[in-house]
Amino acid sequence: MNDSIGPASCRGLSDTVPFQPAWITGSIRTHAGRIPVISTRLTRRDRLGAIRVCLGIGRMRYAVLPGLYAAGRPGPSSPVLVTANYKLTFDRLRVRLDGIDAWILVLDTQGINVWCAAGKGTFGTEELVRKIQDVGLDRVVGHRILVLPQLGAPGVAAHDVRRETGFRVEYGPVDAKDIPRYLADGCRVRPGMRRVRFPLKDRLALIPLELIQAFKFVPIFLIWVIALRFIRDHRISGEIIKDFIPYLTAFLGGSVLFQILLPWLPFRSFLLNGWLLGMAVIPAVSLAAGVERSFLPSLLLMLPPVTAYIAFNFTGATTYTSLSGVRKELARGLPALILSVVAGMVLQIVMIR
Amino acid sequence: MQMRYLKNVTTLALDISKCTGCGMCAEVCPHAVFRIEGRKAVIEDRDACMECGACARNCAPGALSVRAGVGCAAAVIAGKLRGTENPACGCSGTGCCENG
Repeated sequence: MNDSIGPASCRGLSDTVPFQPAWITGSIRTHAGRIPVISTRLTRRDRLGAIRVCLGIGRMRYAVLPGLYAAGRPGPSSPVLVTANYKLTFDRLRVRLDGIDAWILVLDTQGINVWCAAGKGTFGTEELVRKIQDVGLDRVVGHRILVLPQLGAPGVAAHDVRRETGFRVEYGPVDAKDIPRYLADGCRVRPGMRRVRFPLKDRLALIPLELIQAFKFVPIFLIWVIALRFIRDHRISGEIIKDFIPYLTAFLGGSVLFQILLPWLPFRSFLLNGWLLGMAVIPAVSLAAGVERSFLPSLLLMLPPVTAYIAFNFTGATTYTSLSGVRKELARGLPALILSVVAGMVLQIVMIR
Repeated sequence: MQMRYLKNVTTLALDISKCTGCGMCAEVCPHAVFRIEGRKAVIEDRDACMECGACARNCAPGALSVRAGVGCAAAVIAGKLRGTENPACGCSGTGCCENG
């Protein structure tokens, strides 16, 4: 008899895969075989992993094995919570299940969070139907109800799941922290639990990744600044530090300040808001740093568009921007920004000669 | 504080003749775009739509349609460069840290 533990979808594999993560604490016997029981506490390792992926390190390989897991001591009448196999997502769910008996059905989303995976279709009808059948869910539970995160809805057609498996999909709250209350209320979603927000805390958590993604501008800026200084003085001096400050301001404006100030910026357009922010902070910081006043016009042609472009990329991380909106901004705004940058570069070169 | 994106851009469309008033759209929408009134869905806050596609996907009678996609500049630019019409989110960057 095979007593080794692995998610139900991978039984048989578990003989050859000795790896067992520390968050599996035991197993529970069901009519569909042994199901691993998970811990609802995070270890130091889990926490370090979360910090690591938020810094963008190994973010695409942070996954748990898909399949069925147990929290507490669930039985045939316990709720089934469906989630993605991005470990950060899985951890966010399991920490909320302390003292709760539930089944967790982990779909194979290739290590991507629920919302993004739903958009791609990997957190989707087909994968859900397949996993229900693979793990033999109809033999594990007596009821026919699945609780899905609401943000999985772009990928899952509830009516198709029901037709194909007999399981009824209930969309639960957006945020895993509301799961205990939702379950305690008999699977009733309270007002507010359905809305997606984008509070400062979430925006701050995204800043490291924004910095990393926009960092590509820094070496380009450095080369430009050093080259200009060399053309001007025929040597490299400490002046380049001062020269670099407006550029650094443009970079940090788009990848830090913009994220913090987002709700208070006056326009709806990200490009306009980013540009305006650049127009406000770049001259202020430059003058304070002792950059010559005569260089401001060229810097203001060149750099606020860069702030705008970096800020525009934040649309990928926000929770409310639409594809049609991004397309419109791109078509209308990008040509103007490029023109402005080129004009600013030409003016800079003209001025130092 | 409510953050809003561009006005009058969403491709969301509701064919009221097909709507059965089941309320699924109102349930799955993360921005409360819909309201159910007199056994029919009403688009109450059109400009809050982010075109995620949850409503159309879960509309059994097929009354809702939207060109769903990711509102992500990097993905749209990459899509333009590669010449694909509907860009796919390539980095999974969206909400990496905040959406569990």
